[in-house]
Amino acid sequence: MDMVNRPYASAFEAYAVQHPEVLCLSADLTSSCEIDGFRDRHPEQFLSLGMAEQNMLSFAGGLGLAGFRPFLHSFGVFLYRRPYDQLMASIAYPRRKVRLMGFLPGVTTPGGMTHQAIEDISVMRTIPNMTVLEAGDATEVESIVAEADRVDGPVYCRILRGSVPRLFDTPLRIGRMRVLAEGDDVLVVTAGITTEEAIRARGALARAGVSVRHLHLNTLKPFDAAQIVDHAASVRHGVVTLENHLVVGGIGSMVAEALAEAGLARRLIRLGLQDTYAHGGSRPYLMRYYGMDALALVRAIEQLTGHATGIDEGALEAVRIEAVHSAVKAEAL
Amino acid sequence: MRNEKSTEEVARGIRARVFEHTIRNNGGYLSQACSAAEQLAFLYNEALNLGPSTMPMVPPPFSGVPSASNTGYVTGAGYNGPFDAVHDRLFIAPAHYALVAYACLIEVGRMAPEGLEMFNKDGSSVEMIGAEHSPGMEVHNGTLGIGLSTAAGLAWGRKRLGHAGRVCVFMSDGEVQEGQTWEAVQAAAHHGIDNLWAIMDVNRQQCDGAMDDVMTVGDIATKFRDFGAVVAECDAHDLPALRTAAATPHPGRPLIVLAHSRPTQGMESLMSRFPRLHYVRFKSEEERVRMNAEIAAELGVAPVPLEAH
Repeated sequence: MDMVNRPYASAFEAYAVQHPEVLCLSADLTSSCEIDGFRDRHPEQFLSLGMAEQNMLSFAGGLGLAGFRPFLHSFGVFLYRRPYDQLMASIAYPRRKVRLMGFLPGVTTPGGMTHQAIEDISVMRTIPNMTVLEAGDATEVESIVAEADRVDGPVYCRILRGSVPRLFDTPLRIGRMRVLAEGDDVLVVTAGITTEEAIRARGALARAGVSVRHLHLNTLKPFDAAQIVDHAASVRHGVVTLENHLVVGGIGSMVAEALAEAGLARRLIRLGLQDTYAHGGSRPYLMRYYGMDALALVRAIEQLTGHATGIDEGALEAVRIEAVHSAVKAEAL
Repeated sequence: MRNEKSTEEVARGIRARVFEHTIRNNGGYLSQACSAAEQLAFLYNEALNLGPSTMPMVPPPFSGVPSASNTGYVTGAGYNGPFDAVHDRLFIAPAHYALVAYACLIEVGRMAPEGLEMFNKDGSSVEMIGAEHSPGMEVHNGTLGIGLSTAAGLAWGRKRLGHAGRVCVFMSDGEVQEGQTWEAVQAAAHHGIDNLWAIMDVNRQQCDGAMDDVMTVGDIATKFRDFGAVVAECDAHDLPALRTAAATPHPGRPLIVLAHSRPTQGMESLMSRFPRLHYVRFKSEEERVRMNAEIAAELGVAPVPLEAH
């Protein structure tokens, strides 16, 4: 698989230097969010706001009022948990063009509960005026910068950092989900890092005779419920959602709401964090431990079809192992 | 734009209007008029460089919250004049001072007296807790502590754009209990945001009562200085002192004017309620009638004719 090093760093710099009204804000996680090079090369476009996220969000609202489009860089969890009131009052309500770049979504960090944004989608999608995007590969990380900046209002993005696989060759476009497979047994809906997991499972499932329809979402709000319903209607056995997030409030909930409102009766299995916090550990370990990986998807599909596939871990392609201390990461986190 | 009235007259008018409103409605943010009348009168009548209002004298009704489909949305900031490079901007950080701010808009000729009749009425933009769309408001500040941060961001942006106009925040001292206030000051100092200044109504009161009983905040002048601001202190009811304080040079740093006020200034009868001053609702018809007579006498105005309401 083609791996790309630090796709955000180069994409943001290339875009921002062309747009002087774009500002780069950081809350003491500058190298961790891959904007240290930008800070060093373009200090006039960079604002250090320190470990003070409440101020950073309201400050960004003020910058938006002055006509700037600030990109806020931090771990996703720090952009909404503590400064939620500021997010609401200073950014979301007045529709400021603030771009919240949330790194380390879900279990992509070994930092444990305090660092893992596991309810960010559920929080962000309930906020009026908010757009919610999630990058699933290097191409989407690269294209999310300009795409987010087209939004007439605030936008929250789940960003992948470090060494990121390239799965797609066309850029992320807001509102356009990717149809990755058009089978007719089960519908699998994924986003972010879970798309790679589903791709790992698909080969083995095909060999076992299971026909999978696979959708990759990069736009979580606005959510294209009609298209989800159409795809769900075209499969025999039901739907599995697999997300790097709590199943309540996230993609599982969105799909359930879509099916219910359309009156479409399909079984639905929601994979992800099941009303639980996660803890610190490697990404493959956490995905296995919490039932969010390729094997969990296979088992859910077996449950829907009622047939054992015979697939075990060996039948799945090798899990991509990332060294904890990778040269492309600023720190162990 | 200068008003015909003196700042002293504007301050007297603010107290009289808020008093009349509070007696009529048997409740209101009356103490805030006592402490802040001179400060708001000073800001609108002389300290701020504001252009003429761009909004109708009688406030339009509520026309929806901001959304992609609400294309005609405007804030209430047009009452403070146009958004251009030369004029100042004002945020009222403690949004519950809205009644006092509306009274001030009337006194300086930016809003018709009918505007106050719409206060807290369903479907009106003249809301009890000033909203973005309320006259004279530009951002939501109903949760205390966010105003200075927003103003710092706006001021940084205006400086980058080369605007001559400054950004001013009217603040309340209770806001120093919020951590965000300190985050805002340190950021404004760190980034040299010196086109930002604030005037803080230091009345030492908050919702639960006297601040010293609710949460001791210590020497806030020293704290602001330690966080990087230039601080000037004055008697909030002494206009020459306010002028001197607001003229304090503050190159490379934000200026915080601590205006030490009395929560019953001009209405000493309110001391009988101390420390329950945050929102004055009379305990009995007897108290209302007595306050009507006593405060009217103190203000030198006629008591409010109660039987008409």
